[in-house]
Amino acid sequence: MPKRRRESEFGLSTLEKVQQTLRRRVCRIEIPPKEIIEENLKEQRQHLVDLISRCAIRGEGNSALVTGPHGSGKTMLVSSVLSEIEANPRVSKNLLIVRLNGLLQTDDKIAIEEITRQLRLDNVVGDKVFGSFAENLAFLLEALKSGSDSAQSILFVLEEFDLFAYHKNQTLLYNLFDICQSAQTPIAVVGITRRLDVVELLEKRVKSRFSHRHIHVFNSLTFPAYKEACQRMLTLPSAVGDAKFVKRWNQSIETLCSNSTVHDVLKKAHQLDKSICGLQSLLLLPICRVSDDHPEIQPVDLLESSKHLAADSKAAMLHGISVLQLSLVIGMKHLTELNDGDPFNFEMVYNEYLKFVQRKAHVVQCFEKPVVLKAFEHLVALEIVKAVDGHGSRTQKEYRAMSLLVTPAQLMDVLNTHPGCPSELKHWASNPLPS
Amino acid sequence: MEGTTASEMEDPLSILCRQKQIALLRSLMGEPSHPTYPSVFIYGHAATGKTLVVSTLLKTLALPHAFVNCIECQTTRQLLDRILDRVANHEPSPENNYCSLNRCENMNTFVRLLKKTTEDRGIQNQTVYIVLDKAERLRNMDGNILPAFLNLSQLSGCNVCVLLLSQIVWEKFLFGFGSNHVEPFIIHFPDYTKGELLEIIATDCPEGYSVEFYSSYVNLLMSIFYMVCRDLNEIRHLAQLNFPKYVEPITKGEASEKDSHKLWRNIEPHLKKALQTVYLREVTSEQWEKFQRAETGQPGQQTSQPGILSARAQMELPFYSKYLLIAAYLASYNPARYDRRFFSKNHGKVKKSAVNRKKETSHQLLGPRAFPLDRLMAIFYSIVDSRVAPTANIFSQISSLVTLQLLAQVGHEDQLDTPKYKCTVSLEFIRSIARTVGFDVIRYLYDFVK
Repeated sequence: MPKRRRESEFGLSTLEKVQQTLRRRVCRIEIPPKEIIEENLKEQRQHLVDLISRCAIRGEGNSALVTGPHGSGKTMLVSSVLSEIEANPRVSKNLLIVRLNGLLQTDDKIAIEEITRQLRLDNVVGDKVFGSFAENLAFLLEALKSGSDSAQSILFVLEEFDLFAYHKNQTLLYNLFDICQSAQTPIAVVGITRRLDVVELLEKRVKSRFSHRHIHVFNSLTFPAYKEACQRMLTLPSAVGDAKFVKRWNQSIETLCSNSTVHDVLKKAHQLDKSICGLQSLLLLPICRVSDDHPEIQPVDLLESSKHLAADSKAAMLHGISVLQLSLVIGMKHLTELNDGDPFNFEMVYNEYLKFVQRKAHVVQCFEKPVVLKAFEHLVALEIVKAVDGHGSRTQKEYRAMSLLVTPAQLMDVLNTHPGCPSELKHWASNPLPS
Repeated sequence: MEGTTASEMEDPLSILCRQKQIALLRSLMGEPSHPTYPSVFIYGHAATGKTLVVSTLLKTLALPHAFVNCIECQTTRQLLDRILDRVANHEPSPENNYCSLNRCENMNTFVRLLKKTTEDRGIQNQTVYIVLDKAERLRNMDGNILPAFLNLSQLSGCNVCVLLLSQIVWEKFLFGFGSNHVEPFIIHFPDYTKGELLEIIATDCPEGYSVEFYSSYVNLLMSIFYMVCRDLNEIRHLAQLNFPKYVEPITKGEASEKDSHKLWRNIEPHLKKALQTVYLREVTSEQWEKFQRAETGQPGQQTSQPGILSARAQMELPFYSKYLLIAAYLASYNPARYDRRFFSKNHGKVKKSAVNRKKETSHQLLGPRAFPLDRLMAIFYSIVDSRVAPTANIFSQISSLVTLQLLAQVGHEDQLDTPKYKCTVSLEFIRSIARTVGFDVIRYLYDFVK
């Protein structure tokens, strides 16, 4: 195994460390330093810091929503703020943080258990039975008060906030916002969501208790900034060790980023997706490829990675089907065009296939109906063809209404690259048989 | 995949024709302590080595992993329990009463327990791999399961990587509710080319024959099957099954290994028959082998085909049930307005409207249409010669035809008043039924008469 070999060679530990550092960045584990976030999201960040510290120090109840599209750095912003808050002793000694996620706490019962756990009140609650959710929550907050004379502030961070809005009666949200509003324990609620219309999901009573403070985070990177972000993500800090190596590496990154191929690749990526997430997945492969035999990132690596990401998966799957299945797909394409997109069934496809085979009997072998049916069912299993009325219908499989989920353009692409595809089949695909 | 167990192949590099994918996966995994991408989605056709590559890699590198097949897990709890057991290296056995270590009902508990389990085993620094085979089944589970798995490393704070294996492309995994998911890293396992298939199948060459001889045989076999089937498992299975037949002239001394033409002439009709029977599983492999042995005993006698399942078109039914079924078939495939012409004694003149006729597609293509009970009974009475009283018996036969799935009830099941039915049998079947009662169905079918 290469792993053993590497151990003995020179420069191993440095490369290891390089991987460790860079992988942490692209695999979304590390939060970028404060300065980088401040550069783009200064206002938003300040807003959040103010809001939370006011809650912690002055005991103001407050609520806010951080919204923005996928990969725009909402979670990153909040975690960066949280790490700053925790570092500030004046704020952190008076603030408890409860983090909830809509994907994990799928109903209010689980959520309240999780809140109890995160506030470390399991032993206080014990086996008590509560009449209502509000009572339970009030008890939890009361229990926090009893420890000291003044009430502790609590910060609730609700990730995937829109999923909490699907809970029954939105009890959790109602109670949290209600406590925010009324002068009980000072709590701050920060929701993180991708949906811009999330407020419309809230019930009227919940909506009226929400402070309507929105913090928008958008992907507004211009191309030069995007390119710079790319370079920054690849540049090593001096702490990695072996100053000579780090210097050489950073120089190589600089030349890499000024390369024209890289420029084109990044430009294309930027046009498709401005988010940092897209950049991270673009850089993942080149970073993973770095090894002893390949100690520097080359422009080709980036090019390959962008090709990998852009691959059309449906065409790739079509590439692997047999000639018989391919001729069925062509038949289906013609049927769909003939009937203006109406669904078809197996019998029609088989009829179409027979018509073709009888004309060009020497090209494609004529297979029996059960063999063709098996091929057809395989296409259904691959979800290249889909039943229109779901699986519950009680008609025979031969007569079930189906629709094709492949575009003609995809099909033509595949026909040109398919290994061993007879040219008659290609001809048939572009010219339907006269009926 | 099933043909070669992982124990046979110790080194992942010995897996044929998958070097590129293995290298890609290895570089993604990195060293055990490296952080990894939260989720990797691997797709490709059946038998392209997805499971084999992933499981061999994980086993040979001795990485902590949990390999779970999603088909085996009906509920969320089964799935989550099993993953935790595998991560903790716990195997349900008679000693522990087949219990799993934890009782994990939802994702929230799972994330907590996963962290605890890795800490208990002392592997919190290593990447834990969770492999979910047949991941398309996850779409049918609770909506939060798949998005949560995709971002498990962030949700749990553990160093964990989720590998999803599927035959279905990633686009079909995008869910209806919200878009609260993280895109996985996507890897495609391409299908094997013809040459690669040959190379792989040549590895299980039986003893006593040269590899070239066996691969030339597989080549012949593929010339018949490759158009229909590109599945490695299937071709490999057929190759093993039909090999005794292929070498039969050699064992008998009629030909030598060099006589490829003679061998080909001997095997070709045999393989064509296999395409229609074994490939469709109408004959089990065991029956097929028995049939081959019997045939070698008496050469030239091909009539002794084994009891083929394609005797689909044979079914014993009571007399009136047969007529009911025929009537249902006629009602399903004939337009109602032609009933007069077919079943009434003195029907009016048949008007020929050439314009209309051209546009109609045959009902044999469109499939059966629903008809009300009254129409079924009317046709039934007109085709049965004797007088039949509409007894409870007759009606109960209709409903038992429905339970036999020869008829299907359309619409609401609780409708007692004028229920509608559809006939769900093939033309072949109805013709063989009609033959037993001496009734000519074709003469009454609009598609064939017009």
